[in-house]
Amino acid sequence: MSFVALVRRDLRLALRQGTDAFVSLLFFVLVLVLVPLAIGPEPQLLARVAPGLIWIAALLSVLLSLERMFQSEYEDGSLDQLALSGIPFALIVAAKVAAQWLTTGLPLLLAGPVLAAMLALPSHAQGVLLASLALGTPTLSLVGAIGAALVVGARRGGVLLALLVLPLYVPVLIFAAGAIDAAAAGLPARPHLLLLGGCLALSLPLAPLAAAAALKDALR
Amino acid sequence: MNLHRFANPARFLRIARVVAPVAGWIAFAALLAGAAFGLVLSPPDYQQSETVRIMYVHVPSAWLALQTYVAMAIAAAVALVWKHPLADLFVKAAAPVGAGFTLLCLVSGSFWGRPTWGAWWVWDARLTSMLVLFFLYVGYIALSGAFDDEERGRRAGTVLVLTGIVDVPIVKFSVEWWNTLHQPASVFRLGGPTIAAEMLWPLGLMVVGFTAFFVWIVCVRLETELLTRKLRARLENSPG
Amino acid sequence: MTAPRLAGRHLACRRGGRLVFRDLDLDLAPGEVLVLTGPNGAGKSSLLRLLAGLTPPEAGSLTLDGAPAERGGLAQTVALLGHETAIKSVLTVGEQIGAGGCGRDAALQAFDLLKLRDTPGRLLSAGQKRRAALARVLASGRAIWLLDEPTLGLDASSQALLMTAIEGQRARGGSVVVATHAPLDLATSRELRLGA
Repeated sequence: MSFVALVRRDLRLALRQGTDAFVSLLFFVLVLVLVPLAIGPEPQLLARVAPGLIWIAALLSVLLSLERMFQSEYEDGSLDQLALSGIPFALIVAAKVAAQWLTTGLPLLLAGPVLAAMLALPSHAQGVLLASLALGTPTLSLVGAIGAALVVGARRGGVLLALLVLPLYVPVLIFAAGAIDAAAAGLPARPHLLLLGGCLALSLPLAPLAAAAALKDALR
Repeated sequence: MNLHRFANPARFLRIARVVAPVAGWIAFAALLAGAAFGLVLSPPDYQQSETVRIMYVHVPSAWLALQTYVAMAIAAAVALVWKHPLADLFVKAAAPVGAGFTLLCLVSGSFWGRPTWGAWWVWDARLTSMLVLFFLYVGYIALSGAFDDEERGRRAGTVLVLTGIVDVPIVKFSVEWWNTLHQPASVFRLGGPTIAAEMLWPLGLMVVGFTAFFVWIVCVRLETELLTRKLRARLENSPG
Repeated sequence: MTAPRLAGRHLACRRGGRLVFRDLDLDLAPGEVLVLTGPNGAGKSSLLRLLAGLTPPEAGSLTLDGAPAERGGLAQTVALLGHETAIKSVLTVGEQIGAGGCGRDAALQAFDLLKLRDTPGRLLSAGQKRRAALARVLASGRAIWLLDEPTLGLDASSQALLMTAIEGQRARGGSVVVATHAPLDLATSRELRLGA
């Protein structure tokens, strides 16, 4: 099995299970729909909080889909078979991250601008919102994979996962929301986006290695 | 039989039996002297008056909180790369101590912030990154205790600690550019400290005391863990 | 195909903080079937995972044709049937076994699964899942098979298919390690009793 075959297998799994793939998108939408109901529908207020809220919702919905990333493979013995497939572990992780991002991160990219418009985000900030989601959500999936690999086989893995991963998400949250904030205020968003890209560039090679180390331990 | 994990790290135990009591007594003496100088003998600040004395707890705990994490990360790297049997034990032994220092730093900072900034908590860069550091400690402790197999918990923990060390500077810079109110460093800086000598002395004593306390407690925790293992290995090897 | 000679010297294995066995010596020549027996908890499954390179030995050494066996090397050489069958409920039998082509169909045929090739995993019975997992081992074409309780849930005719497959692997020059409680109907095999 090659990298591409692995990604295809995971995508097939996610799409055939159907509901699973869309639950996190639905969660993202629902959280953001609740916001005007909770704080009131004034456009100025919504526009002010929209960048942060969109990113908090994105972060939580990615987190929601992380728990099953390796846990279900571990429980039904597939992780053993993957380990014996002869593909390096880091590549297995990378394939699973790619599939996870395609099924949870990419839908957020499509839904984000719609919800941002509903939350009265100025239209000139939409481009930056898209850019921040495109740069930020892969980082969330990559860093999340480390957490997901660490809690494989743990008691109460889901709650533990949130505890481990959310502190690691702080920089992404700050840079991404900062970028949209800056764009909405008519300031340059480029530095924030560059830093966000830096986070992605850092986690792209390192996260699969760390997650692979954690997975090897889980299989013992 | 070559079971190096079961092999009693006798050398460490021999060293620990000397180091632990010495460190313990140094901690006791330095903390006592530091407290006496800091709380009674040193002058109040001309701006902050008596509240400045919180510094003698706040600053050492902040230093130790960070240094403990760095030490844990180095030990985690050693555990992962060289599989040194003591390294991951050290990480486990140091984590609650580091978490304690971080909490002490946050709480004392909060008490200091109330009179000087007029608020118990502000979303300032240093406070926020310290809070994230606290969550990293708590995450490690929770993770290392979440498995039926203790060893698996410790090994998972080492990966988390190393991931955290990459994250800590990024968090620090991200929140620093985001918002800042905390005063800049005043002890270690180019051109000498900007802090009065009468305050620097008790501060130094407290730092020595905190560090010695850390060494003492980690030695004791490691000793306990090793003796437990030795006992378990002996039970396993005994016939019947 | 000739399987490399797998040898273990003074192996010790630790699970959940407990030593399950130690000072274990083991040899597996090409064309040989080694049957692991022993009471529950003697370390049969642990030994199989150790031989698969999933668990590093606590002590001792593992060699393939005399060279130290690394995790990567073992992962290219062995096929493992574990406790869990790793059959996904939403993928069809054909999708989860081998890389496709005639090798896969032959493996499915060997375990009488050709009719179920396009059936999703959720519709399979426990025994059929077990057979599918065995077909995956066969389709892998690996030189060393490690089978953990392969007869579990198999009826008499499926057990006969399994024996045929094991004999076939042996005839090809491959080798097999089977951990089992049930007596196996094999022409020749060597027994290694754990936890004695």
